[in-house]
Amino acid sequence: MTMRVDLPEETIAGVLAKALGNRSFLIGLAITLLIVAVAFLSFVWTPYDVTKLVIADKTQAPSWAHWFGTDHFGRDILSMIMVGARNSIAVALVAVGIGMGIGVPLGAFAAARGGLADEALMRVNDLVFAFPALLSAIMITAIFGPGAVNAIIAIGIFNIPVFARVARAGALAIWPREFILAARAAGKGMTRISIEHILPNIATLLLVQGTIQFALGILAEAGLSYVGLGAQPPMPSWGRMLFDAQTRMVTAPWMAIFPGMAIVITVLGLNLLGDGIADILDPKSRRRR
Amino acid sequence: MTAYLLKRLIIAALTLVLASMVVFAVMEILPGDPARLMLGLNASADQVEMLRNQMGLNAPLVLRYLHWAGGLLSLDFGRSYTYSVPVIDLVRERIAVSLPLALIALALSTIIAIPVGVFSASRQGRAGDTLAMGAAQLGVAVPNFWFALMLIYLFAVWLHLVPAGGFPGWGAGIWTALKSLILPAVALALPQAAILGRVARSALIEVLNEDYIRTARAKGLPYRAVLWRHALRNAMIPVLTILGLQFAFLLAGTIIIENVFYLPGLGRLIFQAITQRDLIVVESIVMLLVAAVILINLLVDFSYAIVDPRLRGRQ
Repeated sequence: MTMRVDLPEETIAGVLAKALGNRSFLIGLAITLLIVAVAFLSFVWTPYDVTKLVIADKTQAPSWAHWFGTDHFGRDILSMIMVGARNSIAVALVAVGIGMGIGVPLGAFAAARGGLADEALMRVNDLVFAFPALLSAIMITAIFGPGAVNAIIAIGIFNIPVFARVARAGALAIWPREFILAARAAGKGMTRISIEHILPNIATLLLVQGTIQFALGILAEAGLSYVGLGAQPPMPSWGRMLFDAQTRMVTAPWMAIFPGMAIVITVLGLNLLGDGIADILDPKSRRRR
Repeated sequence: MTAYLLKRLIIAALTLVLASMVVFAVMEILPGDPARLMLGLNASADQVEMLRNQMGLNAPLVLRYLHWAGGLLSLDFGRSYTYSVPVIDLVRERIAVSLPLALIALALSTIIAIPVGVFSASRQGRAGDTLAMGAAQLGVAVPNFWFALMLIYLFAVWLHLVPAGGFPGWGAGIWTALKSLILPAVALALPQAAILGRVARSALIEVLNEDYIRTARAKGLPYRAVLWRHALRNAMIPVLTILGLQFAFLLAGTIIIENVFYLPGLGRLIFQAITQRDLIVVESIVMLLVAAVILINLLVDFSYAIVDPRLRGRQ
C-alpha cells in the first residue's frame, strides 16, 4: 500500500471538479488531445500522400484543395504537418522518458543517501547544465551523424539533470516527515521507502515538470531539425519544413507560417496543460505563480 | 560570505575542468585523422606519419590533453586545419558578431520583461495582468527561429526597413552594422522576455505578500515606491537566476539565429567546421561557450550576495 499523505482530503471527485473548473487545464488538454489525435490519424489517413512528389502542384498558395498550400515538391503542407506531429511527439516523449527514467532514480537516490553521493550528483548536474542542449546535440551529431535518434539522445541527456534536480528537491522535502519515520521504524529499507512513499508524493511535481520538458523537447527537436541535425528527409518534420521554407519566404510564405503555427499551438497546449495540472493538484502553486 | 564565494569558485573551476575533459574525450573518439585531412588523399603514409608527429598527435593521451588544456588557458587554441590560421583569430573575428548579438538580446529581454512583470504583479488577476500573461504564455511557445522568419517576412520583405540577412561588418559603421543585428536580437529576445516576465511576476507576487511590504505601506510609503524599491529588489534573486540561465540559452540560440540571418558569428563557424571536420575549431568553440556558461552562473552566484545582504552573513 502506498500512502498519499500530501492529499488527505482530496477525493477523486474533488480533483475532477477542480479540473473541470480550471480553464488552462481544459484548453491545454483539448489542444494536446487534438494534436495527439492528428498524429494518430496520420497513420491511417492524410489528405494527400506525403511521399509522392507532384511537381505540377509545387508552391501553391492555400486553396480549397490544399488548405495550407503546397511545398516546393508539390507536397500538401497540411498532410506534412500531420505526419510531422508524429515525429515531434515521438522525439519529445522518448526524450522525457530518458530524462525521467534516469534522472528520477538518481535524484531520489541522492536525496535518500545524502552526503558524498548527493554532492557528486549535484556536481555532475552542474557539468551537464554547462552544456547548452543545442551544443551537446551538435557534439553528439558530430560523432554519430545527424538523425532523429541522435536528436532524441541529445535532448534526453539534457532532461536527466532536470528531473534529477526536481526529484531530489521533492524527495528532500518528504524525507523528514513523520510517516517516513514510521516506515523506517517498520523496518523498510531506503529503496522501498523511496519507491513506496517518496515517489507517490513527488509524482505531481514530476508530472508538471514532464509536461514542461515535453514542450521544451518539441521546441528543441524543431530547432535541431531546422539546422539539419534532427529528422532527415523524406521524413516530414516541423523544423525541417521551416528550413525548406526559409529560402522561399518571398514566394511561398505559407510554407513557413503553418508549420510554425503547429509548433506554437502544440507547445502552448502542453504548457497550459502543465500549468493546469499544477494548479489542480497543488494548491500552493496557485499562489506562487 | 567569503566561504560561500570560495565554494562557488571552486565548484565552477571543477566544472570547467570536467567539461574540458568531456570535450577532449568526445573529440578523441571522433573518426577521422586530422593529418590525413590536411594532406589530402594523395599523401603517402610516411608524410601523414611525419605530420602526425609534428602536430603531436602521436603523444600519449594525457600529455595531449594537458597540452591542449594548457593552450586554452593561454588562449592558444591551436591552428584550424582548414583555414590554416590560429583558431583564436577566427574566434576573435566571429565573436565580434555573436557576443554583441547575445548582449543586445539580453538587454532587450530584460528591458521588456521587468516592467511587464511589475505591471502584471501589481494588477494581479485584473484584465491587464491576464492580457500580459496570455501574451507571455504565447511568447514562451514561439520557437525563436520561426519568429525570426516571420520578422524577416514582415520587416525585410514587406516593409524593407532592415536587411533580411547578412552582416556588413563593424567597419561599415556602427549604425549600419547594428541595423542588421536588430531583427536577430528581437527574435532571440522576445521568447526569453516572455519567460523572464513570468518569473518576475511570480517572484514579485510572492514578495508583495510579505509582512515587511505591509509595514512599508503602513508607514505611508506610496505604492509605487514600495513596488519598485522594496519589492523588486527582493524579487531579484529568482530573476537573476533565470537571467543567468537565459544567457546560456541566448549564446546557444545565436547558433541557430545566425544561420537564419546569415550572420558570420560563432554559430555559423561551428557548423562550417563540423561539415569540414575541422575538429579543433569545433572543440574550441564548444569549450568557449561552455566556459562562458560556467562564468555567467558564477557571476549570478556572486550577484546574489550583492543583491541580498542576508546572504553575506551566511556561509
